[in-house]
Amino acid sequence: MKTTRRRVIQFGAAAPLLFVPMSLRAQSKTLLARSIPSTGEAIPAIGLGTWITFNVGDDIELRKECAAVMEAFFQLGGRVIDSSPMYGSSQEVIGYGLPKLKVPSGLFAADKVWTPSPAHGPQQIEQSRSFWGIPRFDVLQVHNLVAWEAHLPALFEMKAQGKLRYVGITTSEGRRHDLIEKIMRSEPIDFIQVTYNIIDREVEDRILPLAQDRGIGVIVNRPFQQGELTRRLEGEALPEWSGEIGSSTWAQFILKYILSHPAVTVTIPATTRVAHVRENLSAASGPMPDQSMRLRMAEYVRDL
Amino acid sequence: MAEWWTYTPKDFLLFSPRVYWRMFELHNKAFWPVHIAAMLLGVGILAFIIYPHLRSRQGVAAMLALAWLWVAWSFLWTRYSTINWAATYAAAAFALEALLLLGVFGPSGGVTFPETASARSKIGLALFLFALFCYPAIAVLSDGSFRAAEVFGIAPDPTAIATLGILALGRGKAILLLLAVPFAWCIASWATLHVLNSSAAWVPLIAAVLALASYSRRSIRPA
Repeated sequence: MKTTRRRVIQFGAAAPLLFVPMSLRAQSKTLLARSIPSTGEAIPAIGLGTWITFNVGDDIELRKECAAVMEAFFQLGGRVIDSSPMYGSSQEVIGYGLPKLKVPSGLFAADKVWTPSPAHGPQQIEQSRSFWGIPRFDVLQVHNLVAWEAHLPALFEMKAQGKLRYVGITTSEGRRHDLIEKIMRSEPIDFIQVTYNIIDREVEDRILPLAQDRGIGVIVNRPFQQGELTRRLEGEALPEWSGEIGSSTWAQFILKYILSHPAVTVTIPATTRVAHVRENLSAASGPMPDQSMRLRMAEYVRDL
Repeated sequence: MAEWWTYTPKDFLLFSPRVYWRMFELHNKAFWPVHIAAMLLGVGILAFIIYPHLRSRQGVAAMLALAWLWVAWSFLWTRYSTINWAATYAAAAFALEALLLLGVFGPSGGVTFPETASARSKIGLALFLFALFCYPAIAVLSDGSFRAAEVFGIAPDPTAIATLGILALGRGKAILLLLAVPFAWCIASWATLHVLNSSAAWVPLIAAVLALASYSRRSIRPA
């Protein structure tokens, strides 16, 4: 852990909350960071997803917009970017943007292997790495558990050879949680990636407590239900008490709910807009809700 | 796919509406003025239908096949596949359709264009004319501009709908072989446009249903 990062607050057994400088330009703010349970390495708790938003093909104008999003993300202290070979051109678009930013040294690159063919896995991973234009990935996950029995040993082997730092598995929208649990109990994985937000809370029952218990990091996808949640809440008023947790927008409110769960390591909202990057990252600073406040938040949204 | 019943068409949407419509804009910009040649190709097909002669079938087949091959390569393979990996499979299907057109409409294909008008042939002609002359206007109605217009021989939807129209005009069981790809494309396009919340989603669906409805058992009999 770098000396500039300091532990500020901790609740829950497994996941310390840390705050790191938000950027060189905004030293006055600090960004919530979380430790990866298997190593203790701290990473900022807000990452950047690329599902749909970075799949812009050869459209240069939109590629530049994505590069601007990445630039703002890194400037504000973000590090974790997540993608997948399933996401169309998203990996290539990341690779388009990174050289413009001179591949930030703090980049934490998360990608996936997504093929039913075990033999095709290494080739796909190499192609993904080539698209990103980086020496190696920090974490590789088995996307949607596709051929996980074959891919996981291959990823563990890469990790043992130093070609990869962390191994994970993913699912979304609450699918195959029984299998996720089984793998969490039986395989030495570093991360799981699941859907979690103030509406989709199924993982609170078993998956998140198990992650804490087993020392497995949690990457949270679909924090805004692919934008549906924020669109739905657009016309609704924030509760008067939202100021107590430093939320002035619904996006911040939703992200703070996710980040305040002690099992969560990082959430990866996707966006095409620099203003949203700023808004998302700002949710990782200031006060965080405690358990009673979390319940209040969930009940408030549920009753709208 | 595990738990396939939990998936909806939206789960398979890989891109945003903005990216999708800009793709047509960029495609049109990249290939203009090929559109004029494509429209002339469509008019040529129409001429072969209205003024039939001995080589009409082969002429129609060659021009339609050219349109399918061009769309397969220029749009599906090189452009749409950059945002939708499934488009590579669609490109192969479009190329296959081109080959089938050449085979089925060839000398031994058993397909004819009857000179007498029937309800089915009227539907076919209407579909073809709609795809050729009206489909590009949908973009204008949607966002007030021709920039993202979808043109026969350039974009897949009007090409598929126009082909469904031509197939409805023809007679012969072999035509059934040619229905699968354009019909499947229209359904796929409807699903895509539907999850993109486009009001134009119903156009390919209605075209596919109309074309299919025109194929009564009686009308399949060779003329």
